[in-house]
Amino acid sequence: MMIKREDVEHVAMLARLELSEADTEKFTRQLNDILQAVDKLKKLDTANVEPTAHAAPMKNVFRPDKARLSWPQEAVLANAPDPVDGFFRVPKIMEG
Amino acid sequence: MAYIGDYEIVIGLEVHAELLTESKLFCGCSTEFGAEPNTHVCPVCLGLPGVLPVLNEKAVRYAVKAGLALNCQIADFSKFDRKNYFYPDLPKAYQISQYDLPLCRKGKMRVMVNGEVKEIGITRVHLEEEAGKSVHSAETILGSDYSKEDYNRTGIPLIEIVSEPDMRSPEEAKAYLERLKTILQYTGVSDVKMEEGSLRCDANISLRPKEATKFGTRTELKNMNSFRAVQKALEYEAGRQEEVLRQGGVIVQETRTWDESRGVTISMRGKEEANDYRYFPEPDLVPVVVERSLVEELRAELPELPNSRMERYMREFGLPEFDADLIASSKPLADFFEEAAKQCRDPKAVANWVMGDFTRLLKAEEIEADRSKLRPRHLVEMLALIDKGTISGKIAKTVFEEMFATGKDAAIVVKEKGLVQISDEGEVTRIIDRILAENPQSVTDFKAGKEKAITFLVGQVMRASKGKANPALVNEILRKKLAGL
Repeated sequence: MMIKREDVEHVAMLARLELSEADTEKFTRQLNDILQAVDKLKKLDTANVEPTAHAAPMKNVFRPDKARLSWPQEAVLANAPDPVDGFFRVPKIMEG
Repeated sequence: MAYIGDYEIVIGLEVHAELLTESKLFCGCSTEFGAEPNTHVCPVCLGLPGVLPVLNEKAVRYAVKAGLALNCQIADFSKFDRKNYFYPDLPKAYQISQYDLPLCRKGKMRVMVNGEVKEIGITRVHLEEEAGKSVHSAETILGSDYSKEDYNRTGIPLIEIVSEPDMRSPEEAKAYLERLKTILQYTGVSDVKMEEGSLRCDANISLRPKEATKFGTRTELKNMNSFRAVQKALEYEAGRQEEVLRQGGVIVQETRTWDESRGVTISMRGKEEANDYRYFPEPDLVPVVVERSLVEELRAELPELPNSRMERYMREFGLPEFDADLIASSKPLADFFEEAAKQCRDPKAVANWVMGDFTRLLKAEEIEADRSKLRPRHLVEMLALIDKGTISGKIAKTVFEEMFATGKDAAIVVKEKGLVQISDEGEVTRIIDRILAENPQSVTDFKAGKEKAITFLVGQVMRASKGKANPALVNEILRKKLAGL
């Protein structure tokens, strides 16, 4: 698979990233390099290998359903750029 | 209405239900409803750098239980994925959900629609985290200059129940929702309160020409706040799509929001690109392996479900199917009925009171049967008083309302309000004599063969006694008197 410029632009848009011309060029090249490396791995015979869902060989890590104290509201809002009445205020969500 | 114009309606539903856990899905913040904004929030909910989510074991058990109640297969290997999108109610900019390996899949549910049983497939049930709550500055999101975000709800465990596109009318969709709500309520995994947002529904709807096998292009409807609204939105949208197709147009695959006050669905432009969620496995959580022994343990914990209760009420108490289905459709109501019916020789009378006056009063108070002051023993006692002839069936309505309002025993209400039935022959005769004297015309009519005149006279006697005269006795004495005149 080849990554095209448009793919990079599309992904950048989804991630709300503004890329310069040079960046778009560079990331297109780098992403293709990565995919080429993956293509090499694809040549391995994995017919008898279980798909890996997680890098750590662990399963079923749970916590009991117990409520504990949350953070105070002031601490929660400490990084909010525009708090109001205990809320995070955000700009217009959807254009009409 | 399975068809509209030349088209068949095809509907699938996605239902989100909050699970009744004490703490959130991936952290220990409380799930309590109605707290001050942003007071049940921690770095995990906010997705601050360096935090790690840890899965709530009870949420997994509840999700599996819901799946079992919906006849699903439980996956022995399941994992979580990140669903990436930008929206202010999602502080991490991704939602932890399940993509390709949900906990449960391939279930089914039976619902009654217009007296017929219909089977609806359940595609999957998966576990995910709830988003926060947005308060918009204006009535609608489109008209708002800004919004305020409360992240208390962020991270509350949700199950998403996705149906197959098996429904063929808005009525079927409503029936499915009602039965699904009942099953979740019975199972005890969610309190299924639509008004508090703990149960929500999005609907997919498309039309296809009659006899066609391929589905048409669908639209997704959001923002319906009641089952009734779901049905109304689907009816509107079916009509809209039919008109577009009839005029040779094409349906655009899009999300539309239901505007309750105007009764229309409105296109939510700008969401076209948003459906590229770029799911990938959540690296912060390890896989979940549900052992067969756990599945069997949870299956054993399941209560008797509505369909089975309905059948049992028909068998055990001799109720008609309609009554049995109606009562079984609410667990608190069914529990109430059962407790009373077991102590009465006439379960059908119990059913009538439960479906009639009791349901009416509960609706007016907007409470469920388990929160009523009137308990099953109140009804049992009152029915015994009717049986003994202490009160009439008509007076019983007054007694019932008083017991509902105050929680007082039937005998006490009857005594306090002086509602004891007048079964004293002398007293009844005195009232009858007066009524006969006051209504000579009716007496003449009756003698002339107008049977209806006696109904009027009985009514007058009951009125004069404020409903307390024993109706059977009134009838008997009245007929004797009239014959003798």
